Amino acid sequence: MTLNGWLQILVFLGLIFAVTKPLGVFMTRVFARERTFLDPVLRPIERLLYRITGVDESHEMRWTEYATTMLVFSAVSMLVLYLIQRIQGVLPFNPQHFGAVTPQHLAFNTAASFTTNTNWQAYSGETTMSYFTQMAGLAFHNFASAATGIVLGVAFIRGIARRQTNTLGNFWVDFVRCCLWVLLPFCIVGSLFLVSQGVVQNLKPYDTVKLVEPQQVQRVGADGKGVVDASGKPVMDPVTTQTIAQGPVASQEVIKEWGTNGGGFFNANSAHPFENPTPLTNLFQIFSIFAIGAGLTYTLGRMTGSPAHGWAVWSAMAILFLAGVTVAYWAEAQGNPLYPSTIAQHATTLQPGGNMEGKETRFGIANSALFATVTTDASCGAINGWHDSFTPLGGMVPLVNIMLSEVIFGGVGSGMYGILIYVVLAVFIAGLMVGRTPEYLGKKIEAYDVKMAMLVSLVFPLIILSLAGISVVKGFGTVGISNPGPHGLSQILYAFVSSAGNNGSAFGGLTVNTLWYDTATGITTLIGRFFMIIPMLAIAGNLAQKKYVPPSLGTFPVTTPLFTLLLISVILILGALTFFPALSLGPILEHLLMHVGKTF
Amino acid sequence: MKKHLITAFLMTIATTVLLGVLYPLLITALAQVLFKDKANGQLITRNGQAIGSRIIAQPFTSAKYFHPRPSNAGNGYDAANSGGTDYAPTNQKLIDRVQADAKSLHEENPAQPIPVDLVTTSASGLDPEISPAAAEFQVPRVARERGLPESTIRDLVQKHTDQRDLGLLGEPHVNVLELNLALDDMTQKR
Repeated sequence: MTLNGWLQILVFLGLIFAVTKPLGVFMTRVFARERTFLDPVLRPIERLLYRITGVDESHEMRWTEYATTMLVFSAVSMLVLYLIQRIQGVLPFNPQHFGAVTPQHLAFNTAASFTTNTNWQAYSGETTMSYFTQMAGLAFHNFASAATGIVLGVAFIRGIARRQTNTLGNFWVDFVRCCLWVLLPFCIVGSLFLVSQGVVQNLKPYDTVKLVEPQQVQRVGADGKGVVDASGKPVMDPVTTQTIAQGPVASQEVIKEWGTNGGGFFNANSAHPFENPTPLTNLFQIFSIFAIGAGLTYTLGRMTGSPAHGWAVWSAMAILFLAGVTVAYWAEAQGNPLYPSTIAQHATTLQPGGNMEGKETRFGIANSALFATVTTDASCGAINGWHDSFTPLGGMVPLVNIMLSEVIFGGVGSGMYGILIYVVLAVFIAGLMVGRTPEYLGKKIEAYDVKMAMLVSLVFPLIILSLAGISVVKGFGTVGISNPGPHGLSQILYAFVSSAGNNGSAFGGLTVNTLWYDTATGITTLIGRFFMIIPMLAIAGNLAQKKYVPPSLGTFPVTTPLFTLLLISVILILGALTFFPALSLGPILEHLLMHVGKTF
Repeated sequence: MKKHLITAFLMTIATTVLLGVLYPLLITALAQVLFKDKANGQLITRNGQAIGSRIIAQPFTSAKYFHPRPSNAGNGYDAANSGGTDYAPTNQKLIDRVQADAKSLHEENPAQPIPVDLVTTSASGLDPEISPAAAEFQVPRVARERGLPESTIRDLVQKHTDQRDLGLLGEPHVNVLELNLALDDMTQKR
């Protein structure tokens, strides 16, 4: 670890701190339908959208109607994405003439994954998707699923803030305002910034360039192995050109992070020089991943009239973030003890050193560990280095982050309602300890609320552990493993953790474009998204109906460091202990074996 | 319910047109006007022929050139099929490959330890850069092959080393393609 590395991490956290209040205030105004400086431009577009779609702006919805409209919209837009993939061959903006996305289970998996803000990618972007599918299918869902998440988080906050009412707002109005005010303006400015740094943005066919030094490359057979002739010599083909994939990348790149989506335009995601060309764009991207999640903590404080509570939640998130990045950075900076001693792995002024397999030179160790922590603290899932190639403990950080339900700033909106579930439980536990009915910001937390909160926190490990369990004992599961030994278990575990948590990053060596994995992870993303949302909205609807109870001497304050500590403890106990047995057989065992020199 | 379905369908279409078609086309138009070179991938042309992108690695294997990091993009440096190995640190295939590469690099320059980025594949397989240490490691070989003093090559490497962005961000790096083109230019001029 270097001083410079730590400075970069602290500068990043400082930027997140700085953006929290202004963005939180802005979002509060947007969702309260107050005036903002963008109204002269956006208000006419908003009105036009309502006129086209027949939305009544003044209509307020109960939680059940809010949930229904959200589900119907998600189902319809998911179906449209499936269809776009299947007929992309006859649609415009397809200079590479890609045919329909096949097999069908891949198209299903992708549709489910992008609708749920997961962006799990069982396909490789530049060899599968036309520009039209990328723009109108995938990038559109980057907006839609992000906006859906944000408005659900806001609806939950309204449930806490409102008193004796049975409505939570209007899903369509919240959705449209989120897209137009919160997402689009930043994306326009951000994508132009990214282009100015070297992220490509064009609609031209892939370029073919003539190599400076022509090469001889061994021919690869259909089985993926090098071809040899009768005498055992490799068959060599001359390679004189390089084909360079292009596309409308920047416009998708910015919403990929700003909406914590994470689906890369290219297979290599944010490691690709055309997606993330410089350390400056890298900082911009991780900043974008955390910004809305951080801002929403301030929105929470402001809408509920307790800014200090927002900051208490923010602090819990920041502490958990620092803990994760410390472990990941430390582990990756150690390098790989199995390499020969002739290789220099320590950091000097001339090289970053460390575990560089699957990492990019311009990012080095600090920025790769930081990116991996950020992308899994939030439910983003973009990557700038392959998590599969991280050291066992370094790779365990992303895994644990997702297991904690991605509440460390979190996915846009989903991080907010995720942490509020933990807050409800923390307040409940505090209430048990002092023997009083727990209260949260003036609302009594009662049996119904706690039951719903427990439902959310039990379904998540249940789906992960049962499907991962099936996969490790059945041939159709183990066939996908690319790294044998304990790491194989980690690969399978990561796949289901990532899809249930709607993250979308992967231990990418696992072969997932199979009928089993496409179907199982596709369904897991849907459960991980929608099954969580319904109990969550039920709590919100229930809280909104309750009377305000003024705080008394016996009320557990939710603005103090003690609350922050309790919240962290609940997150760690509930989140991490559930998965501890699985972790000890995967990354922890691999770590111990690696240090006694064992390979697989 | 029927009303919700109709609204959902219309909302999908309307917002797809706005966010999935108009927005990316607007950005494409602006990018092509404001940042034409960057938006199109920073292609380098020589004698009217595109010979590479400044920020995409291409293979160099002969001794007179600086070599990029190993690549697992497609068949190697395939810029239409980016990706890494996804080898776990305990994977025997990784250790075998690193040992073999380290052996030949050690024979080439026994005086220096081998910088780790020279024996590890990058995440994209298209990493256009190497660390300054990896460039320094190759200086003796390139100087020998080109019959030039090491100091001349070292100066050229220095000239093509990018420091951290804003003096803080990322790691110093050397662009391999630009360095090799500069080498060729220098040799031709003499």
